[in-house]
Order: sequence, then C-alpha cells, then structure tokens
Amino acid sequence: MDLAVTRIEDTLKGYAAAVQDFAQLCVTAAAGAFRRPWYVQETIYHMNRIGVGSIFIVVLTGIFTGMVLTLQGAIQLEPYGAVPYVSKLVSASVVRELGPVLAALMIAGRVGSGIASELATMQVTEQIDALRAEGTDPIKKLITTRLIASLVMVPVLTVITDGIAMMGGYLIAHFSLSIDTFFYWTWAFAALGPMDLVYGLLKPLVFGFIVCMVGCYAGITTSGGTVGVGHSTTHAMVTSSILILVSDFFMTKLFIYWGW
Amino acid sequence: MIRFSNIFLKFDGRQVLQNISMDVPAGQTQVILGGSGCGKTTTLRLILGLLHPESGSIVINGQEIVGLTERQMASIRAQMAMVFQGAALFDSLTVRENVGYRLWEEGALDNESIEQRVAESLRFVGLEDTLDKMPAELSGGMKKRVAIARALACKPKIILYDEPTAGLDPINTHLVSELVCRLHREEHVTQIVVTHDLECAYRIADRLIMIHRGEAIFDGSVDALQASDDPRIRTFLRPEEVLAEPGCFPHKDGGVRVVPPMSEKAEQAPA
Repeated sequence: MDLAVTRIEDTLKGYAAAVQDFAQLCVTAAAGAFRRPWYVQETIYHMNRIGVGSIFIVVLTGIFTGMVLTLQGAIQLEPYGAVPYVSKLVSASVVRELGPVLAALMIAGRVGSGIASELATMQVTEQIDALRAEGTDPIKKLITTRLIASLVMVPVLTVITDGIAMMGGYLIAHFSLSIDTFFYWTWAFAALGPMDLVYGLLKPLVFGFIVCMVGCYAGITTSGGTVGVGHSTTHAMVTSSILILVSDFFMTKLFIYWGW
Repeated sequence: MIRFSNIFLKFDGRQVLQNISMDVPAGQTQVILGGSGCGKTTTLRLILGLLHPESGSIVINGQEIVGLTERQMASIRAQMAMVFQGAALFDSLTVRENVGYRLWEEGALDNESIEQRVAESLRFVGLEDTLDKMPAELSGGMKKRVAIARALACKPKIILYDEPTAGLDPINTHLVSELVCRLHREEHVTQIVVTHDLECAYRIADRLIMIHRGEAIFDGSVDALQASDDPRIRTFLRPEEVLAEPGCFPHKDGGVRVVPPMSEKAEQAPA
C-alpha cells in the first residue's frame, strides 16, 4: 500500500516538474524574442518551412471540410426548406471552429512532430550542448525562432484553410445544389461578425504556440538515443493534439461567457 | 589555469563524482583516464558549465564558475572550445559553416577574415578540401578532425576533448593524437583530454588523473602511473595480466572476482 502511494506521489511530482519546466521554457523562449541577437534569417527560414511547406495539407483539409460540410448541412436543412442558406452554416462553423482546429491538428502532425524529431536528434547527438559550448543560447536560436515563425504562420494558414473551405462549400453548393453564387457568398459573409475575426485569429495564435512549444519541449528533453527520438515525436504529436482540442473547448466557453 | 576543488555530483540519488580535485596549469595537457561510465565526461561538462556540481569549487582562469548563470557563463565559454565524442557537428551546416560558426555568431571579424581563419583551421587538420561538404558526407575520423578545426578556429585558451580517438582506425587515431600534441607544442593551448585509449594518453599527457567509480585514484605523471601498484590501476593498464585466467572479472574495489563456468554453476544449483 505504502509502495503504491509512493509511486503515485512520484508520478504526480514528475508531472508537476514537467509542467514547471514547460512553463519556464515557454517564458524563456518568449522573452528571447525581445533581446539580441534576433536570428532574422533563421526565423524566415522556419516561416517558410512551417508556412509554405504546410500550404498543401491545409488546402486539402480546407477544401474537403468545406465540401463535406455543405453536403451534410444540406441534408439537415432540407426538411426546413433552408438548403439555400447552407453557406451561413458552413462559414460560421468553419471560421469559428473547424478551420482553426483542423488546420492546427494538421500542422501539429506535420510541423510539431518535425520540430520534436529535429531537436531530439540534435539533443541525442550532443549538437545542443555543442551550441552552448560555442556560446550560443540554444533556446533563443532553436526555439524562439520557431515560436515566432509558428505564431505568424499558423494564423495565416488558418485564414487560408477558412477561405479554401468556404470555396469548397461553394463548389458543392453551386454545382451540386444549384445555389446561386451571389446568394451563397452573401449569406456566407452575413453569418460572420467582427468578433469572428478575433475568434478566427486568436485561436490559431494559441494553437500555434501549443504546437511549437510542445514540439520543442519534447525535443530538447529527449534522452535514450534513437528510441527516445521516436518517443518524443509521438509524444509531441499526441500531446499537442489533445491540448489543441482541450484549449479550443475552453476558449469557446470563455468567448461565449464574455458574450462574443 | 583550471582548478577543481572537492567536487561532488549526484544524478538521481547516485554519487557520480566524489571529492574530485585537480589543477591544470596553463599550457599543459591533462589526461583524464578511467573506464566507461566512471565520470570522465561529466568532469568536462562541469568545466563547460553544462552541469553544476552539488558542492565544491571550479575556478577557470581565476574566476569561480560554480553558481554562474547561463548568461554569465558566456564569457567563460568564449575562452574554451570542446571536441565532443561524436564530433557534434551541426548537420544542417556545411563544414565551412561549422568551423566558422562561432566567429560568424560573434560577428567581431569581417567575412574575409573568417573565411581565412576557417581555411587555416581546416589546413591544420588536413581537411582543406572539405569546405563545402556536409557532415553526413564525412567519415568518423574526418568528423573528429573537423570538430578539432571548429574548436581551433576561435583560438581558445582551453580545449576540452571527449574521447577524441574513440571508434577511429589506427591512422585516424594517430592523426588526432598528433593534432593534440601539435596544439600543445605550437599553440600552447591548455588541454583536457578524456580518454580510455592508453596509447593516446601516454603520447599526449603532461599529467594524468585516473577516475574510478567517481573517485580520483591517481594524479601524476605517465611514469608514476605505470609504476603504480594500486590493483585498480594495474587492472586498467594491464588487464591481459591481471585478468588472464578464464572467468576473471575486475572487482569494484580493484581485485579480481572469478565467475565459475556455466556447467559448474548448473551442477551447484539445487534440484
């Protein structure tokens, strides 16, 4: 019994220590953005890798999400004779929820796991220690640059996902449901208020932070050689996906509470 | 000058270093000998400030480094360079970018001077024709030599080597040992070399310290080490004599323990 209690206590202490380390890493990485050196070239390089490199998957995600949402929405609206207003449903659900969440999940799979495996490999091959030995702050060079790139590019990718999803919805609405182009876009934009813009940009900002920092934390805390690299990559992907879904719920709850 | 005084270090409740003390005068080459996992690499990491001791003092060129923050350590690290066991070259950068990394980061020299320094360092290790290669294109020995060139490029006062000859063929082992000797002779760099390669150690060392299970059991010259009658040192230096009989293994206290053959064990086992 005592052994079980000790084990539970050790596990909880381990989790608490990990949360503390993670929070400390987040603060240090964020603070790094406000002091020299700036590593502009590296930041642009990561923006290109995270942003331009992810366009293809977010376009695919957006177009199919928009199309399937229109098809399903039309079925639900048909009994009420409201099929022509399907664009309202598509735009509201895509901009507020599906666009940010699905884009973030795809980016977590592509970018988050990539960051984790890259940093984990650097960790197990002593390259991070070598950076410190060469007088470079590895958090600033490796993490702050990726964080800035994520915070800029994830909202941009989300806007692209939203736009492409509404376009996908339009293709189905126009060619399959024979909804007029003007009617579709008028109601699509009518469903969106100014606060949706805030919604649509605030959420991806938080998701971008989660994807990057979870990946970086998993990467630089890697131990145990190549097995550890694989473990960190999986861990980053799973943890960031869960955190995206959980934080999305709480943000939505908070926005509703504030009357947004 | 590097001074270690009464260093203790624990990892996960296990005592890794116990009361380690040593002095490395400027311009000397100190070799740290010992078996795998005895705490040799840990000692280098302490000097570089990558680890912090539980207690004790580490003074580098007159400055105490225990308790310094990462940012305060930057000026100390600027005087040092380290050659890591696996070379630890940045695999996204070319050999040129690896060797000139610190100089470009510091930004104190113009591009032409850095290129010149990079070429000089690579010439010193005999790899001037690898400038535009990626680390993945180099052999193990070449990587080690590039790592030495990277250490050299910033003209440090102290160079730390972690197993510089581990895993190398005899020719590369000779080349790397010779480079360490040349740096001592020509550049008068203070060097600390962690190794268990005795041939290399005898060749390059001004002084040796031997660590056994986290404890310093010898500090002196090559001749004094070879003349030592400590069973732990004798076992390390001449295992072919001490562990000559089949089934002989080194005991943790320095003696020899004999493990009976498998068949004998089976006979002794209760039915």
